[in-house]
Amino acid sequence: MTKRDLLLEIGVEEIPARFVDNGVAQLAEKVTDWLTAQRISFDSYRTFATPRRLAVIVENVSDRQPDLEEEVRGPAKRIAMDEEGNWTRAAEGFARKQGLTTAELKLAEYKGETYVFAYKRSSGELTYNLLLKELPSLFGSLHFPHGMRWGSGRTRFIRPVRWLTCLWGDEPIPVEWAGKRATNKTYGHRFLGQEIMLTSPNDYLEALREEWVIADVTERKQMIRDQLTALEEEHQFRIPVEEDLLNEITHLVEYPTSLVGRFQEEFLTLPKEVLITTMREHQRYFPVEGEDGRLLPYFVTVRNGDATATDLVRKGNEKVLQARLSDARFFYEEDQKLSIDEAVARLDQVIFHDELGSIGDRTQRIVFIARELAQLLELDEVTRAKVERAAKICKFDLSTQMVDEFPELEGVMGEEYARQKGEDPEVALAVREHLLPRFPGDSLPTGVVGAVIGLADKMDTIASFFAIGIVPTGSQDPYGLRRRAAGILQILLDQDWRKVSLKQLILLSLKSLEEKDLLQRSRESLVADLESFFMPRMKAILQDEEIRYDVIDAVLAVGIHYPHWVVEKARVLAAQMEEEAFKSVAEGLIRATNLAQKAEEDRQVDPELLTEEAEQNLLQKIEETKEMVHRCQEERDAAGLYDALAQLTPTIHQFFDDVMVMVEEEEIRANRLALLREVSTLANQFADFDKLVFS
Amino acid sequence: MNVQEMILALQSYWADKGCALVQPYDVETGAGTMNPMTFLRALGPEPWNAAYVEPSRRPADGRYGENPNRVYQHHQFQVIMKPSPDNIQEIYLGSLSALGIDPLQHDIRFVEDNWENPAMGAAGLGWEVWLDGMEVTQFTYFQQVGGLEVDPVSVELTYGIERLALYLQEKESVYDLEWTPGVTYGDIFLQPEYEHSKYSFEESDQQLLFHLFDAYEKEAQRVLQENLVFAGYDYVLKCSHTFNLLDARRAISATERTGYLARVRNLARQCAKAYVKERERLGFPLLKEGEKSND
Repeated sequence: MTKRDLLLEIGVEEIPARFVDNGVAQLAEKVTDWLTAQRISFDSYRTFATPRRLAVIVENVSDRQPDLEEEVRGPAKRIAMDEEGNWTRAAEGFARKQGLTTAELKLAEYKGETYVFAYKRSSGELTYNLLLKELPSLFGSLHFPHGMRWGSGRTRFIRPVRWLTCLWGDEPIPVEWAGKRATNKTYGHRFLGQEIMLTSPNDYLEALREEWVIADVTERKQMIRDQLTALEEEHQFRIPVEEDLLNEITHLVEYPTSLVGRFQEEFLTLPKEVLITTMREHQRYFPVEGEDGRLLPYFVTVRNGDATATDLVRKGNEKVLQARLSDARFFYEEDQKLSIDEAVARLDQVIFHDELGSIGDRTQRIVFIARELAQLLELDEVTRAKVERAAKICKFDLSTQMVDEFPELEGVMGEEYARQKGEDPEVALAVREHLLPRFPGDSLPTGVVGAVIGLADKMDTIASFFAIGIVPTGSQDPYGLRRRAAGILQILLDQDWRKVSLKQLILLSLKSLEEKDLLQRSRESLVADLESFFMPRMKAILQDEEIRYDVIDAVLAVGIHYPHWVVEKARVLAAQMEEEAFKSVAEGLIRATNLAQKAEEDRQVDPELLTEEAEQNLLQKIEETKEMVHRCQEERDAAGLYDALAQLTPTIHQFFDDVMVMVEEEEIRANRLALLREVSTLANQFADFDKLVFS
Repeated sequence: MNVQEMILALQSYWADKGCALVQPYDVETGAGTMNPMTFLRALGPEPWNAAYVEPSRRPADGRYGENPNRVYQHHQFQVIMKPSPDNIQEIYLGSLSALGIDPLQHDIRFVEDNWENPAMGAAGLGWEVWLDGMEVTQFTYFQQVGGLEVDPVSVELTYGIERLALYLQEKESVYDLEWTPGVTYGDIFLQPEYEHSKYSFEESDQQLLFHLFDAYEKEAQRVLQENLVFAGYDYVLKCSHTFNLLDARRAISATERTGYLARVRNLARQCAKAYVKERERLGFPLLKEGEKSND
C-alpha cells in the first residue's frame, strides 16, 4: 500500500479575523474524522490559515481503503437445511438478503451448534475517488455563525470562496464545490505575490513564503512578536502585548511588517482608556508605554505587506489617529459642560427597549431594588446614602458623547467624569463597577456600593425581559441574560452576602416592574421561570469547583435560594462521600425519603399511635435533630447540618429493622409514613440524597 | 487629484467595467443605497450594474460648517453590481489605482464590517476597506433588502468621497478641498452647510414636518395600492428624510422613535414586494432569453 500527502486549501475573500482559528480547526477535524470513518490511515496533520485561506495537510494518507471482510451468521443448520440436505426457504431468504446465492453459503460451528454463515468481501476504494466524491459535502459542512451567499450561487460560507486547491501527492483532485473546481494552483499575497503551481503538498509552506504569505499561524504570530521586541529595543520603550489583539492582527495580515507612528503629545491629557481604546479597538494599534508604565505618544501598527514605502503608510496612519483623537477630545470637552444631574435627566430620552421604556425608567427601578437591598443587607446609613446616589447616577455616562462614540467605555468614562465632578469616590467607583462582570472570567465589583447596584441592575435586566416574554433560547441570548444571572450569583458569593436570597431579589425586581404595569404574565409563573433560569448558572459555578455531578444534582434538587449555602453544602457532601460511613447515612435517609412519598399530605404524627420502641425513639431523635438542623441553618453550618443528619441515621436503621411500615391497619401505617416524612423534610434541608450515584 | 477629477476617474473606471452611469436621485436620500437604482434594482433576478454619485443628507450630522469632518450633506460614490462578479475585489482595487493609489505603496486591508439599515429592512456582509488605517469604502454583499432575501446577490461599494479626497489632497478640513482649480469645497458648500444646519436644528417647522410625514406616508400607501412602485417609493424617501429632520430637531421622543422607524420600514417592505411583483408581471425585461428559461 502506498501513501501520499494530502493538501486541501479553501481560498476565501478576507475571512473575519475572529472566525479564522475556528474555521481551520473545523476543516482539520472534519477531514481527519472522515478519513478515520473511511478506514483510511494517515500519520499526522498540520493546519495553515491566513485571512484568505484555510488549509490542512494530512501526511502519509494510504491510497486506498483496506478491503473489508465481513462474516454474517444466519440460521442454524437444522433450520437452513432439510433432511435431504437441501437448502430451505429460510436459507434462501438469508442468502438473498446478504446478496449471495445459497451456493456461496458456508457452514461452521458456533457455540456447539452448526450455523449457516455468509462471508462477504468488498475491496476498498481508492482514496482519490472517495475524496473526489465526498470532499464537496465535507467542505459544505463547515459551519459559521454568519454564513453568506454571493453571486448567483447557492453555497453559504463565511465569505465568498475564490479558489480551491486539492493536491493528492503530485496529483490535483478536481473537486467541485462552491462553483469552483480544485486545481494544484494557489495564490500568493494579494499585492506582492503571484499565482503558484504546486507540485507537492510539501512545497506548500515554502512556496507561499516566497510569494509573501506566512501560512503558519504560529510562525506569523511569532514574527510579529519578534518585530515588536526589535522595535522595543530600537526605541527604548515598552509595547504591552494584549494577546487578543495580537491574535486578531495575526489574522488580518498574510505578511506582517510592524512600524512605529506617533501622535501629538497634547493628546496625552485625555484619559488613558480613551487613548488605548482608540488605538486598540478602533485602529488595531499597539499602544506604547515608557519604563514607568506611562503612555507615550507612539503607536505600533502591523501592516499587511513588506517594508516598501513605510513612511507613507506611517504618515497615513498618523493622520487617521490624529483625526480620531481630535474627535475624542472634542467629545471629552463637550461632556465637561454637562453636569451629572443634567446627564441623568437626559436618560429619559434614551430608549432602552420599546416595551420597557427609557434608560431613565430603568434607573428608577434600579434605585428601588438597590435601596431595598441595602436595607436587607443592613448596610450603615452612610453607605446607604452612597447606594442611593450611585443607583441614581449609575447610567449617566450613557448620555455623554464619549460613550456614544466609544460604547466600550461605558462605566469607565462614568467613573472618570464622576470623580472630576466631585462625586464620592465610592460612588464614582460604583458607576464603573456595577457593570462587572462583563464577560466570563471578568473581575467582580470590589466595593460594596458597586456590588449592590450591580445586583439591582442585572436583576432588573433579567426580570424585565422575562416579564415581557423575551427569554433566552438555545444559542439565542441577545441581551446577555445568562451572563447577568451568572454575575448575580458570583457577586453574592464573592461578597459573602448570606442574608439576601435569590427569591427576594427576584421578588423585588418584579415588584418594581409590577408598579409600572410591565408584567405581561402572572407573578407566580415569572418567579418559577426566573428561579429555574438561575439553576444552570448555579450548576456551572459548582462545576467550576470541580464538584462531582451527582453531588451537584443532589444539592440543586432542594433549591438554590442562598447560593452560598448551596456551595457549602456541595463541598461538605462531596467530602463526606469519600468517607466510609457515608453509605450507611445516605441509605438510611434515602430509604426514609422514598417511603415518605407515600405519606398523606396533611397527616401529622400522633405519638399515641407509636407502639414500638424503635418508632418512639425515632420521633424523639427527630425532635432533637430538628433543633440542630434549625440552628445549623441559621449559622449556615453545612458540616454541622450533615452531622445532625448522620446522627439521626442509626435510629432510622433501627426503625426499619424493628418496625414494619406498610402494615394492614390504616391508621398505624399512615402514622408511620408521617413519621418518615419528618425525616424526609430534614434530609431535604440538605440535599436529595437519592440523586447520588454509588459505585 | 481634485474632487471633480476623482469623480470623473471613478465614473470612467466603472463605466469601463460595464456599469451604467446613472445620476444622483432627485429626492432627498441619506445614502446611495436608498436611491432606487440600488434599493429597488437590487431586488429580483435581473442583472444590474450601475454607478453614480449620491449627495447624501444626514440632518443630525450638520455642524454649521464648523466641523472639518462632519457635514449635513456628504457625497458617496456608489457602485452596485448584480450578480456580484467573482473578481470584484480585484476590480475594486483597480479603482483605487485609478485614483492614483498604488497598493504596493500603502497598507490596504479588508476589515470585517457587517452593514445593516434596519429602517430599510436591509442587511449585508462584508468589510470596510482600510487605506493606511482609514476607512475609505464600505464593501457589502447584500443578503436582504426591504425584508426580502436577495437572489442573486448584489455587491455594493460605497466610497466616501470627502474622506478619500482629504487623504489624496492631504487636507485637514473638507472645506479646504479643491473641487476644481480655483474652487474649493467650501466655496460651494459652506453656506448651504450653515443654512441647512441652522434650519434642521433651529428653524424647521415641527408641526408642518409631522403633518408632512403623515401625508407622505398616506400617499405612499395609496400609490402602492395602485402598483405604482417608483412613485410610491419616492414618498417613502420623503418620509425617511422628514423623519431625519424631526429627529435632528429632537422633536421625536425616545419612545416614539421606534414607532416612526417601523412605519418607514413597513413602507420599504411594501415597495420591495411590489417591485418584484411588477417586474415579474413585466417578464423581468432585463433577463436575457437564456436566463429566463433557466429560471
